[in-house]
Amino acid sequence: MEANPTGTRKPNVEASPSANDAAQANGPAKPDVLITEDLKFWYGKMRALSGISLNIPQHEVMAIIGPSGCGKSTYLRCLNRMNDLIPSARVEGRVIFDGENIYARNVDPVQMRRRIGMVFQKPNPFPKSIYDNVAYGPKVNGYRGSMDDLVEHSLRQAALWDEVKDDLKKSGLDLSGGQQQRLCIARALAVEPDVILMDEPCSALDPIATTRIEDLIRELRESYTIVIVTHNMQQAARVSDRTAFFMIDEQSSGSLVEVDETQRLFTTPSDQRTEDYITGRFG
Amino acid sequence: MLGARLTGRNPVAQDVNSSPGAPEVRSQFAPRRRRAFIERGIHGVLFICAAVSILTTAGIIFTLLGETLAFFQDVPIVDFLTGTRWTPLFVSQSFGVLPLVNGTLVVALVAIVVAVPIGLMSAIFLSEYAPARVRAAIKPVLEVLAGIPTVVYGYFALLFVTPILRDIFPQTQVFNVLSAGIVMGFMILPMMASISEDALRVVPRTLREGAFALGATRFQVTVRVVVPAALSGILAAIILSVSRAIGETMIVSIAAGQQPKVGFDLLSSMETMTAYIVQVSLGDTPQDTIEYRTLFAVGTLLFLMTFVMNILSDWIVRRYREVYE
Repeated sequence: MEANPTGTRKPNVEASPSANDAAQANGPAKPDVLITEDLKFWYGKMRALSGISLNIPQHEVMAIIGPSGCGKSTYLRCLNRMNDLIPSARVEGRVIFDGENIYARNVDPVQMRRRIGMVFQKPNPFPKSIYDNVAYGPKVNGYRGSMDDLVEHSLRQAALWDEVKDDLKKSGLDLSGGQQQRLCIARALAVEPDVILMDEPCSALDPIATTRIEDLIRELRESYTIVIVTHNMQQAARVSDRTAFFMIDEQSSGSLVEVDETQRLFTTPSDQRTEDYITGRFG
Repeated sequence: MLGARLTGRNPVAQDVNSSPGAPEVRSQFAPRRRRAFIERGIHGVLFICAAVSILTTAGIIFTLLGETLAFFQDVPIVDFLTGTRWTPLFVSQSFGVLPLVNGTLVVALVAIVVAVPIGLMSAIFLSEYAPARVRAAIKPVLEVLAGIPTVVYGYFALLFVTPILRDIFPQTQVFNVLSAGIVMGFMILPMMASISEDALRVVPRTLREGAFALGATRFQVTVRVVVPAALSGILAAIILSVSRAIGETMIVSIAAGQQPKVGFDLLSSMETMTAYIVQVSLGDTPQDTIEYRTLFAVGTLLFLMTFVMNILSDWIVRRYREVYE
């Protein structure tokens, strides 16, 4: 039924060794936190992802780039089963997080999402106070420590504390776009996840707000693993350690072309299509 | 500015076209007379249609107020609003409207106690839990429920619900508030559910996703994010339901009885404002008597109550609506 599986898998076969080479060249290899094995995804009858295999090392920033509609957001949303919420969605393959396939029958996506947080394309603070926005996650997770401390710590981590500390009762919706996005990051940090998925987190922000978020991403790398989807190649170059390039294959479903250390991918890509994309010949 | 230029009334443009002495050059964009005439005619017809409802409202208010003012020349307004005996049709007349207001509010309260929880929960089910196919099956049923004539509900209350109540509570009177209130609750249930569901569904999907991504369960997402975000719409639905319950006539006329009294005994008969109006309208009360004018006084009070409710719900929607984007 699915035509030509070898054709779609071929890029991954090339991609995985090059990623391993990069890791070896980079000194001691960091353990992989998220391992995707032959992940396929359908919206109804339309296949959006064809067999993605990708390893994401711990405490690194992995950027996912590619032209519009190449499945990069779809892939990201598979990593915390966000696509479960779409009625017609179907997934095949495995996503291994902390030694377990998150798509296994005995995995509760609610429990899993507590460790794999997400920041969305458009800032989406709840219509609640700043404090309650940050406290929401810990509350639903049954956090028992001092909520005030946790809220302050999370807001500090997200570099928002100094701007809002005097007015934590203010509605999250009254903040500027950049502040709202940092609030959403603080909200994600407050449940103390291992991985943070970011789906074009700066696409709705102005350049100054974008710079602040990018600085923040570099700081957060110390304690979190971050996967960021971006349509902006410069952004990928600025913030990430490793970059994966996605493209639409012949069956018009998204596939992984190449993954490598960011610097290497942007200077000496091993795939002609990657080179064409980063030099602006298409996309 | 733009309008003037389009219709060729821009003085600068005219200067260019018509230098003094020379015959005026007809613009290629000059208005076509016939088309402009039709356009104006359509405008007028549409305006009249829109004005009909406003004029009707104005006419109703005018009639109500005229007779009501005449009524208050005979009965002091304070006696009307604070009296606890309502016996305009008896020899010893009293015009204290409180028993009717009491009856109206008690029935409405019963109806709300039935309609709000069930309506809200069915709205939550339809908007947050039901798969598309289930929703497609349930929505039309709700609308059928909304389309049943109220007289059918009235007899349903009297002939079906009341006997059940009398089995459970033998002291229940044949005409009683509880039966009318419960059935009225089911009557306003579809409206409550439908408006609340609309309010829940306009909450952006991204907000739900944000909560799911933090490890919230569907119930936590619904109760702590979606419902609070939709609260203004839900409050509006509740107020409109109250307003509907206060104005409902047929069910209470048939099933709640005609005893104007102050109290909270749900198993006994009470008269509501609407039921009183029906009672007098059906009888042989002669025009231009004080009994006749009580109709308009009660009607005005009823009108004011529902009017205030509707304004209030409108205000709540405006005031507390969360603006996304």
